[in-house]
Amino acid sequence: MSVETAPPSTGNWFSRLAHPGQFMVWSGKFVWPLAILTTIVFGFGLWFSLFASPEDYQMGDTVRIMYVHVPNAWLSQAVYGLMAVSALGTLVWRHPMADVSMKAAAPLGAVFTALALYTGSLWGRPTWGTFWEWDGRMTSTLVMLLIYLGIIALWRAFDDQLRAARIVAVFTLVGAINVPIVKFSVDWWGGLHQPSSVLRSGGVSIAPAMLTALLTMVVAFTLLFITLQLVRMRSEVRNRRIAGLKARAARSVR
Amino acid sequence: MSGFVALIGRDLRLAWRSGSDALTLVLFFVMVGVIVPFAVGPDPVLLKTLAPGIVWIAAFLAMLLGLDRLFRDDFDDGTLMAMQHAEAPLALLIAAKVIAHWLLSALPLLIASPVLAMLLAMDVSTFLRTVLSLLLGTPALTALGTIGGAVTVSLRRGGLIAPVLILPLAVPVLIFGVSAIAPAMSVNSATTALLLLGALSLFLLVLAPFAAALALTVSED
Amino acid sequence: MSPVHGTPEDAPPRAIAVAGLGIERGGRTIIADLNFVVPRGEAMLLTGPNGAGKSSLLLALGGFIRPLAGRIDYVGRDAETRPFADVHFIGHRPAIKPRLTARENLQFMAALLGGPVGDVAAALVTVGLSHAADLDAGYLSAGQTRRLALARLLVAPRPFWLLDEPTAALDDEGAGLVARLIDAHLADGGVVIAATHHDLGLAANPESLALVALE
Repeated sequence: MSVETAPPSTGNWFSRLAHPGQFMVWSGKFVWPLAILTTIVFGFGLWFSLFASPEDYQMGDTVRIMYVHVPNAWLSQAVYGLMAVSALGTLVWRHPMADVSMKAAAPLGAVFTALALYTGSLWGRPTWGTFWEWDGRMTSTLVMLLIYLGIIALWRAFDDQLRAARIVAVFTLVGAINVPIVKFSVDWWGGLHQPSSVLRSGGVSIAPAMLTALLTMVVAFTLLFITLQLVRMRSEVRNRRIAGLKARAARSVR
Repeated sequence: MSGFVALIGRDLRLAWRSGSDALTLVLFFVMVGVIVPFAVGPDPVLLKTLAPGIVWIAAFLAMLLGLDRLFRDDFDDGTLMAMQHAEAPLALLIAAKVIAHWLLSALPLLIASPVLAMLLAMDVSTFLRTVLSLLLGTPALTALGTIGGAVTVSLRRGGLIAPVLILPLAVPVLIFGVSAIAPAMSVNSATTALLLLGALSLFLLVLAPFAAALALTVSED
Repeated sequence: MSPVHGTPEDAPPRAIAVAGLGIERGGRTIIADLNFVVPRGEAMLLTGPNGAGKSSLLLALGGFIRPLAGRIDYVGRDAETRPFADVHFIGHRPAIKPRLTARENLQFMAALLGGPVGDVAAALVTVGLSHAADLDAGYLSAGQTRRLALARLLVAPRPFWLLDEPTAALDDEGAGLVARLIDAHLADGGVVIAATHHDLGLAANPESLALVALE
């Protein structure tokens, strides 16, 4: 028998780009262009959603909350997807940048999920007459937020971030397997407790101008996430370097 | 297989000799049920409506309470390292621990459930369905608890964080478990809920040993 | 390292071979490019100051931490069994449970590890615990606990032994026991790697590997 060791870094473009040092070099060039691009797309998106799209014939102006709500709801899922993929990277390839990406994404995902809930309840007040409805979608988003917060708590509970990454990765994957089950159960439960109709009112047919506004805002929020993720990953790499320097300084003092 | 059997036997023997753990758990389970009437009032009709939910919440909390001891001792004294060098795969040995843990933390609750049923004015048929749903649902809780215990085993203060991790994932167990016994449910949905609960338990019982084995392996690192 | 000597012609090859091993703990390289072979019937002692990586090396050899680079080969292991099912690792933590008797502890460990189970009573006699066999292991002293942990080596026969400070908490007589166990195992064709601060007093002078703290 031979014991497997860490795979030698193959010389392909991906592993080169993903090396922490290389990452710092190329990602630095992307931060500002991405930030500017995000701002521009947001400008367009806001103009589309506030001025260049019609009111809903039932919901009136409150339909415009959708342009913020839907991108956040999309990101709450997409960010978890990214974390799950990074978790695989941590466990299978033991890649340090996968750890960093996983750690950077968790608070962002939590914030987007919280915003989705917040805008959802703002939307629910005029539409359903209540801030909170134990509707399938809202409930599963709430559970999603709790999972994010649990993951953040788990990260913070560890002193050793290298070990933390592998443990969190295991839990993130367990969560990824469980999220569809949660979603299914909550939908099933919501179906038992209330007749359908609540959320079905809007969205039957969507005007093309509304669709343009929605898609632009989805792109804008996704770009915002990518920019923030990159910045957070860069800070995390720096944090780890500082921790490494401190450990070395402590050893040299003795 | 001998390692599998030996592990279950050892865990039961250790629990038997140390005594009080299972008893404390049962006490906690009953107490949660007892404080609810003080909180919501002793109206029998209301209690009857709430009873399935109360029993499940009590079982849920009681099982969270016992999580921390699942792997902690074996991790601290090095038995887990020996488990990794056993001839049996680690996941199989963890499955043995899951079974032992269910016998020690869920079975006592099932046995104590008549007490709660009586206090909460359940009728006999609701009570029987409650026992059935606990029987089918507690393995899922044990399985999730195994994952929570394995993930937090290397943390000194893991006792608090494991429940926080497990609770959101356990939402489906509660939903199906309570739906199977709630008085307002039609027979059809109650049966569906029971079947879904059983399926969920089976699925998590298969998943948990592997996830826990992975978490425990990287925890030694 | 030294050539294989004293090996009967028909004995299968057996060795722990390490090539180009690198180990990192907490972001710090503690072992770099380590090479050695410990053949059948020989022991290697790991020496060096605290923090030089003796325990980490043993943990890596036992598969508990994944090395950064290089390979570890258990030559001649039974390919039918699971990895590490013929490796004994005895570290600082003795894996002894209070509230089980010494005998029950040993029986459990033998069953858990699997494979052929040796004579538990005889093992307890060998490590000098026969009088305490039915005593709650929680009452054993540190030295007795260590002896009970070592008894594992006898009830679950395995060719490869990794021992971290096997004489810790033991008196001179106990250290003599460790030496006798290792000598017998080597004569039987086993392979032993042990981290130690002391000369174990083995019959044949073992190889020793002095590790240094890397900066």
